Amino acid sequence: MSPVATPARKPAAKRPAAKKKAARTAARTAAEKPEAPAVVAPRTLTEFMAQAWEMEVEAAQRYSDFADAMETHNNPGVASMFRTMANYESKHADEIMATMGWSESPPLTPRSGNWPDYEAPETTPDDEVHYLMQPWHALQLALAAEERAERFFAELARVATVAAVRAAALELQAEEKAHVALVRAWMKKVPKPDRDWAVDPDPPSYTD
Amino acid sequence: MNDLAPPAALTPASFKSAYKPIWCPGCGDFSVLSALTKALAKIAVPPEQIAVVSGIGCSSRIPAYTTCYGFHGVHGRALAAATGLKVARPDLTVIVTGGDGDGYSIGGNHFLHACRRNVDMTYIVMDNHVYGMTKGQPSPTTEPDWDSKLSPGGTGVRSFHPLVIALASGANFVARAFAGDPNGAADIIAQAIRHPGFAFIEVLSPCITFRPEQREWKQHAHPAPVGATDDPARAARRIMTDDGFNIGVLYAGSRRPYPAHVGKPGESPANLEAEFEL
Amino acid sequence: MQATATTTTPRDAAAAPSARSASASLSIALAGSGGSGVMTAGTLLLHAAARAGLYGLMVRTSGPQIRGGEAAALVRIGHAPTSTLDDTFDLLLAIDWQNVHRFADEIPLRATSVMIGDPDEGEPPDAFRATGARYVPRPLKKTAKAIAGSWTNMVALGLAGALAGIPAAALEAAVRESWKRTAESLKANLTALQAGFDAAAGIEGVAGLRVANPGTSPRWLISGNEAAGLGAIRGGVRFVAAYPITPATELLEWMAPALARIGGTLLQAEDELASVNMIIGASYGGVPSLTATAGPGLALMTEGIGLAVAAEVPIVVVDVMRGGPSTGIPAKSEQSDLSFAVSGLTGDAPRLVLAPTSIADCLATTQWAVTLAETLQAPAIVLSDQFMGQSRAIIDRPADIAFAGRRLTTDANTPDYKRYRNTASGISPMAIPGTPGVVYTADGLEHTEAGIPNSGARDHELQLDKRERKLRQHDYGACWADIEGDGDLAVVTFGSVTAAVREAVARAALEGIAARLIALRLIAPARPEQMDAALAGVSRILVVEQNHGGQLLRYLRSVYDLPGKPAGYHRPGPLPLRPGEVTKAIVDWARAGQRAKEAA
Repeated sequence: MSPVATPARKPAAKRPAAKKKAARTAARTAAEKPEAPAVVAPRTLTEFMAQAWEMEVEAAQRYSDFADAMETHNNPGVASMFRTMANYESKHADEIMATMGWSESPPLTPRSGNWPDYEAPETTPDDEVHYLMQPWHALQLALAAEERAERFFAELARVATVAAVRAAALELQAEEKAHVALVRAWMKKVPKPDRDWAVDPDPPSYTD
Repeated sequence: MNDLAPPAALTPASFKSAYKPIWCPGCGDFSVLSALTKALAKIAVPPEQIAVVSGIGCSSRIPAYTTCYGFHGVHGRALAAATGLKVARPDLTVIVTGGDGDGYSIGGNHFLHACRRNVDMTYIVMDNHVYGMTKGQPSPTTEPDWDSKLSPGGTGVRSFHPLVIALASGANFVARAFAGDPNGAADIIAQAIRHPGFAFIEVLSPCITFRPEQREWKQHAHPAPVGATDDPARAARRIMTDDGFNIGVLYAGSRRPYPAHVGKPGESPANLEAEFEL
Repeated sequence: MQATATTTTPRDAAAAPSARSASASLSIALAGSGGSGVMTAGTLLLHAAARAGLYGLMVRTSGPQIRGGEAAALVRIGHAPTSTLDDTFDLLLAIDWQNVHRFADEIPLRATSVMIGDPDEGEPPDAFRATGARYVPRPLKKTAKAIAGSWTNMVALGLAGALAGIPAAALEAAVRESWKRTAESLKANLTALQAGFDAAAGIEGVAGLRVANPGTSPRWLISGNEAAGLGAIRGGVRFVAAYPITPATELLEWMAPALARIGGTLLQAEDELASVNMIIGASYGGVPSLTATAGPGLALMTEGIGLAVAAEVPIVVVDVMRGGPSTGIPAKSEQSDLSFAVSGLTGDAPRLVLAPTSIADCLATTQWAVTLAETLQAPAIVLSDQFMGQSRAIIDRPADIAFAGRRLTTDANTPDYKRYRNTASGISPMAIPGTPGVVYTADGLEHTEAGIPNSGARDHELQLDKRERKLRQHDYGACWADIEGDGDLAVVTFGSVTAAVREAVARAALEGIAARLIALRLIAPARPEQMDAALAGVSRILVVEQNHGGQLLRYLRSVYDLPGKPAGYHRPGPLPLRPGEVTKAIVDWARAGQRAKEAA
């Protein structure tokens, strides 16, 4: 009986290292999935807008979940930022519904968008947050999300075979670009975290 | 309730309760909760027809975060409680959740026998290779050389391979998912629930507090090179060369699920007296 | 039916005027959340107090989050060793108020208490303001920010230390000793410490302690869990099987490297069923063995403990009690496993049950438990609890005690060796595997003197009698209970509650009520002769404990002849019993008794 190969091991860190946030994420996004499926553009405008709507809804839900987690961990400053971001994304989703004249939400079909990463481009992965993160980090995450979204729509526009879809993709790309600018402007108003932001002198506590 | 109105369509939000999880921000279990709610929306069973049974640990907190019926039992005994529930109430959809400590250490015995017994339920283990809730001791899936206070220098004991055990013990559906891919995990969970018999999903779910290096799992996790097989021997050969990061369904078999009789029509209890009559 | 003294809440007791104990102490709560470092600050405050020649105690409390949760360090310091919190806190210093209101019950304040908070973090919550305590703002965060690379909790530490009367030098020494980061970072934080110290200027109303000359008798800073671990090792334990469970895990984590250093082993088990059976195996092999757990784990171990009784294999199980029943309240203390410990085994199964009376006593009592288990070839359950286990205290260096007693073994080739031979003492020599000529099979099945399974009446009676007699006839000496004071009233208690009761008895004396204190250390087997002697002249008993059902009261009534109608003052966790409420219970009970006597 052949022994099962154990997964590659990393030497254990004694404490959580200070995390490099969006810089790493941004760098990684491009190179992350070597066998990532090529982005396939939807064939109809309705399909395209449903996918775009889904991106906004999922992003809103994720920011809302982050806000809850930050509240639970006594980080109200970042919690309120994530709430604000969730509201923006919800608003974008509502705008799409209004543009398309939809009275009812289209059905959610996760992965209908054939995302380049595991999740939709505008959704921040669950493991990018930290209980001690600062407002600036939240904005870094938002920036990365909007940049991913912009790149995604640009790629969709490039591979779109239907004119209406291409036009819509370009329009949304432009919107995301504007969001990127907004986030950058917001970041200028927020202090950069100091080197020791992730340091917690207290040990973890028992709960169960 | 107006009988004429069609029931509202079930969305993932229908399955998420208002309780805010106490997991550390960044915990993989958030993704598993999201995947679970997406899967439940897919299979379109109403929340009150679903029971989520758990043991003790961070992952075992999940039942209260759903709108399903929940049972937060004692350490390691979730499968036993779930077995009793499903055999007594075969009409319910039973999901069992927990962590690697709860499931493979103290729950190891029940794991083995649940796979053998093949009762129709779905067992989701959130594996982070550590005991999180008690602050960082090695679990059965921890590498032998991982240093900790309780086992300094490492346990020196070979890690447990849950998929091998599940397959060898007779589980009818064996899969691995990854918290970093919640949509993929949702697909696998939905498949598992629909599949008859005991379905086991090991979900790699990083612990950001005690195993921060597990963020690297993103680089290692990859789709399995082949699809599911219904041939246990083929599955066994595949799993023996598994690198621990193959994501997908390994085995979907056709063993008959454990039969359930409670609630089925039968004779009157009075008929039982005949054997004592003189 | 027994009379039960009216249960009072800690608030009621705090509101009533209470006599201060003879030795002044100061109670400080440091609170904050999400990385504010209050636990660290509290620990350093305790260290500094030790440096300054004081004694103290620190209790931790926190929210359900593993990291980032709201947290408070509850510190009491004074001139005498203390193992209980006081009725109220003199000072509450909050780095922020995030969810700190959740600790309102654990941080009772009075009108003369002082609250210090950071004005940039908002107002103190209503729960604290309603007490009438005075609020003093201090810009802790701004002060820290002004010193590059420093932390707010260092400012808070300096401030709290200054108000406590601890010299700056002692605070600095504590910080230096604990420092694990860069020298540059140390310098910045010492500056912050001094800034906090200076910020105390102008704050009235906190009666700082007058600091004694430090360094007379050698002292330790230790937790109950650590003390129990060290006691086990002193008692000779060299094998431990471990399964993590709150709040016992730290005891096991301390023992892992300790045993490795001295030539022992800790093995991490797959569960408690395994760990109890592993220590039975190791002990059968001749090595004194121990495990530690909490309620749910102890429940799993019962079959194993029964096996140890029947096969006469010595083991020690430390139960660090927490809120029950079932999963209960894992991170909080309670004394509700007593009933289970004394009677939770199937069959007639005598076993030893001991309970340390303080953090310091965890060492001696665990050591004694090991000695007794070895001597009597029986299992011993040590009832510690979360309060003692996870709190840290400054104690006098424990004396090196050698308890008399050891495992009686048999030599090789002893003629006509019978493992379970009936002897006068009930203790039969044990053959250790490897010894030739005296081979036997240990068995949970009832057996003959030779150890052969037997279902007959004679052997069953003989073996039951032997196992019961060996425990009952043993001379436990004076350690079985701490008996202090005189009078016809007696207050009986056990475990971590002892310190609060001791203070209460002293306060009651100032109100004219004289009572003797009986703190039991050996709970089972019962000591009827010794109890009669302890209760000579006592007409009434009050049993004080931290559980809902009055478990000790019911147990004592079942195994002892007690005078009068024994009464109980008991309430469950999670809040600790405070001296004030126990004082009120004693005084009310005593006076009710006086009135009844006068009416008769």
